[in-house]
Parts: sequence; C-alpha cells; structure tokens
Amino acid sequence: MDEFSNDIWVFIEQHGGKPADVSFELLSKGRKLADTMKCALKSVVIGDDVKSLAIETFRYGADESYVIDHHDLHHYATLPYSRILNELVDEHKPRVFLFGATIVGRDLAPRVASHTRSGLTADCTDLQISNVTYLGTEFKDLLLQIRPAFGGNIVATIIAPDTQTQMATVREGVMEMHPLPLPHAVKLVEIPYIPAEFDQLITIIEQHRQESKVNLKGAPIIVAGGYGMQTKEKFKLIQDLAHTLGGEVAGSRAAVDAGFILHERQVGQTGVTVRPKLYFAIGISGAIQHRAGMQEAKKIIAINTDPEAPIFDIAHYSIVGDAADVIPKFIDAYKSKLK
Amino acid sequence: MHNSIVLVKQVPDTSNISGKVMKDDGTVNRSKLSAIFNFEDKVALEFALQIKDECGGKVTAVTMGPPRASDILRECLYMGADEAFLITDRKFAGADTLATSYVLAEAIKKIGSYSFIFAGRQAIDGDTAQVGPQTAEKLNIPQITYAEEIIGVSDDRVKVKKKIDGGFEILESRLPVMITVLKDAAQPRPFSAKRVMAYKGAKSLLELEKMAEGNSLLYVDKLVYEYKNRSLFIPTLTAEDLQIDFARCGVKGSPTKVYAIESVVLSGNDPERIENSRQGMNSLIDKLLEDRILG
Repeated sequence: MDEFSNDIWVFIEQHGGKPADVSFELLSKGRKLADTMKCALKSVVIGDDVKSLAIETFRYGADESYVIDHHDLHHYATLPYSRILNELVDEHKPRVFLFGATIVGRDLAPRVASHTRSGLTADCTDLQISNVTYLGTEFKDLLLQIRPAFGGNIVATIIAPDTQTQMATVREGVMEMHPLPLPHAVKLVEIPYIPAEFDQLITIIEQHRQESKVNLKGAPIIVAGGYGMQTKEKFKLIQDLAHTLGGEVAGSRAAVDAGFILHERQVGQTGVTVRPKLYFAIGISGAIQHRAGMQEAKKIIAINTDPEAPIFDIAHYSIVGDAADVIPKFIDAYKSKLK
Repeated sequence: MHNSIVLVKQVPDTSNISGKVMKDDGTVNRSKLSAIFNFEDKVALEFALQIKDECGGKVTAVTMGPPRASDILRECLYMGADEAFLITDRKFAGADTLATSYVLAEAIKKIGSYSFIFAGRQAIDGDTAQVGPQTAEKLNIPQITYAEEIIGVSDDRVKVKKKIDGGFEILESRLPVMITVLKDAAQPRPFSAKRVMAYKGAKSLLELEKMAEGNSLLYVDKLVYEYKNRSLFIPTLTAEDLQIDFARCGVKGSPTKVYAIESVVLSGNDPERIENSRQGMNSLIDKLLEDRILG
C-alpha cells in the first residue's frame, strides 16, 4: 500500500456544473469519517468547466480534489466516467469511495466496483467507522455500511473486510450537509482526460431534464397525507393546512399510488428523506417504509382514525379523529391565535 | 437477426419477512420463503421477445440460483424464450453482487454470441441494481440502465429511452449492449397455453438426477438424452462446466459480508394525546409556539 491508500473519496455528481445535494451531504459525512480515520478526504469531480465546483468541495470538508475537466465530459455518460474512475482507483487505491444512490451513482459505482473487485453496498442510510472482529479476525477502522434490507423490515450492517476499497452508494437526504465557515484546504489535482473510442459507443441523442421545483428536503414544515385521506377531493385538506402554515405538501407511497399526489412529493424509502421541524402525518398508518423517510423530524403530529395505527409509536402528538374534522379545527384555532 | 440473453432471478417474496427466516450468518434462508419471478426481469424478457418478434433471433434466459430456480426458467419458456440455462452450484451459494456478476459473465461467454443482454433494473430481495452494470463491466460492453423504451433497432445500434433524475434521455448504443429495464417499461406477455403444454415437463439436470435417484448414472445420461431430443432439457452449468476461478465465486468471492442484522423495532414512543376539540387544538398550538416549532 502506498501512502495514499487510506483516503476517503467522494464522487461529486453534477449536472451542468450544479452539484447534486447528496454529493455535498456525503462530503460532510466523509469529513467526520476522515477525522475518525485520521485520513484525507478527497472529492472527485468529472465534467466540463467544473474547476469552480471542485473548489466548492473544499467548503464541505474536502482536503483535496481530483478534477477531470473536458468538453466531452459535459453530460454524464457511463463509459468515459467509469473508465476514468477505474483508472483512478487502480492507481490510488482509496480506502473508501462514496457515491450518491442516485440514478447516476447506481449506474456508475457498480462498474467501478466490478473492475476494481471492490465491495459495494447499495443505498446506505448510515456509515460509521469502527474496529471490527469478524470470524475471529480483527480489522481496524472498517467502514460499517448500514442499509435497510428486505422491504425495510431489517437493517443490515455490511462490511468489506478484505478489499482495499470499500465502496457504498448512499441515499439522498439521510446525511446532513454542513458548509464550513472557511475552506478546509485548497489542493486541486487536475487529471487529463484522453478520449477513447470505447467511450463513444453510446451517444446522447436527446436529454430532457427539469429541475424539480419541489424542495421537501429544505422545508421546515411538511404536511403529509396518506391513503386514509380516501379521495383526491379530501386530500385538498392537506394542501389547505400546508398553505395555512406555510409548509410543503407531501404524501405516503399509498397516497402517490392512489393518485392523490405526485411522486416527487413522496416521503419514505422509495421517496425523499426529510427532517423538518414539524411533520404532520395525516391518514398515514406508518408503514416502516414511510417512517424511514420522516422519523427524524423534530416534532411529529399524527392524525388517524385508528388509535392503534403504528404511526402513533413515533409521533410526539397524537390526535385520534377524522382528518375532515380535525384539520378545519386546527386551521381555525391557528388562525385565531395569529390575530 | 438479434440474439438476446435475459438475466432472470427467482426472489423471495419480501413483502412479509421476519427474523425467523434469517440464518445465523445473516443471509436469508430462502427455503422458508415463497419464491417468485422477479417482476422487472419478466419485463426484461418481454423486451427481448419483442426484439425477436421484430428482428428474429434467439432469446436465451439465464438464471444463477439454487436448483428450484428452474421454476422461473420454465416460466420463461412459457412466455416464449427459446432456451433457458440454470447456473447452479453449491460453490455459488452466498454470492454477493460482485461474485454473481463474475459467474454470470463467465456463463454468458460460454452461452454464445448476442446483441443484447436484458435484465430487470434490480431484484426485490436486495434492491441493489448492481449485477447488471457489474456484469456489463466484466464483459467490457456498454450499458443502459433504467430503460423505459426501445425506440428502434438497426443492424448494429439501438436507440433507447432511459430515465434520468428529473427527466429522460434518448441514447444510442452500439451493439452488443446491456440494458436494464424499469417495471413500467412493458407489460410482460401472458404464458401461451400452447407453450405451457409443451414445456411444463422441461427439466434441469438436477431435476433429472432426482428422477433417477436410486438408479445408475447411465440412467441420468439416458434421461438427458431423451429430454434433449424432446427439447425439454434445461441446460445446467456448474462451476466445473464454466471452468472458472472458484475463489471468485460464492461466499469466497464476495467482498461484502453481512456483519449484523437487526429487525426494525418500533421505538415505543408514548405520544402526547391531544383531544380532538377546539381546546385540544389550542393547547397543541401553544406548545408548538412555545417550542418555536411554529411561528
């Protein structure tokens, strides 16, 4: 192992120079892990005109940034991106390499893991560094890769004790982003990109991307409705309450499947993970998949007709009753308080 | 003419799993769960069959799994696959995605030439979406993941619509290519009654061995011969048949290990009960204002 073999790397996903939130969330987490391991945190930025983005990563804790900047790399493409990372990992052999569990991260990370024969765990919700005894052998500073498994009924801790590089994709929104007041360090390492024929086997004919206007992750107040809202008509009560409080509307998967609300507003394991100050769970039974996306809200108010609904187990305040009855009462009370 | 290989997987029905089905080493005791055809892989098979309908060629289903995975191979034959391979060996047990992709890539090299490899985006038992890309990397071919639609196929290219975060892309790839498909991309065709009648007796080598239990080996050879003649043999490949590096298969070849398993338990939090009345709402709002949650 060379002197660099203990690094933590974070792949910085970007679209048109704009970073994916999850990449900076991972830098903030990676900073903590690097402090525990007493190693360097490095960002890996691939794109076109992305040097300023690379510099931005220092503000989230990176000690150093590998930049691969080339006009041909403007859009994410599996083949050049994976080839670049394969070569970088082969050469520098980081100890940990993290990716967001986005469509891009889940397309890219497995190719790199396959090439470098690294252990790769998908969709982690937590990462820790710990000494581990596994099958009688002690391992120092292993990456514990924690993820829900089997439909969320189980939480598994995965390790890769025998590989040089421990790789993981991490779900969006589960780690907190902490910008630092001052950049950690400024060391850009530019890596040249030499186009290869292989990279051109796939070409992009068209691309349609719309930045989502919904910002559930950043909302301090979220009012979420579930299947218990029964009809799209009745679901409007959720919007009324959100509007009154200046919050965002959200829904459970069942509410999305029933067509009450769009998928981009879904909270839970297959939707967004949120941690608002206040979360209303209305007509939501509280399946484990939903709880996974909201249980870290500071205060949870659950409204449900069923007093046995599991959502009450994680709520701070419980109201047993029908939403059609409770919500107008709450809105009235709130409005008269503000007068 | 375009030959397709379709990677399919038999998965435990994960809708209801308890700690009782976990083995001590943290892997799942699949024998205790009902086993189903991973739905996205059925969609992948439908894609391959559509290409066959349009361009001709052969569709070959491949699964790596325990002997009973031949159940889903028969289903592939019922839907229209021309051939179905069972890749099975005790040495493959406990494989993570890396070890699985190694075996699949080696099996694919053995099975023959192809324009397409199709697979579901992910399997519901792990939801990792890793085996497709890992296999493509080992075969050194391009990949298109999260495919929603095949727009057009020519002699050496394919145009595919794929999902990206916040929208979609249309990509054109040279062949051969690995394509992993989303569940809404196509409606898998129903089993053809004629094909069910024709293939319900199809058997893998292991199933024929079981039939021959207590008889001489020669009898198995004879059975295989007969089943092959009637096109009812499910070709079976073992680690030895594939002549591969055993150290890269199964538990041995899997860098990731399950270190701990925890059932998710309810936190048992005792919420404060708020009366469903105007007074109750008032007190709740007061508390929220006091804690600076509201206002």
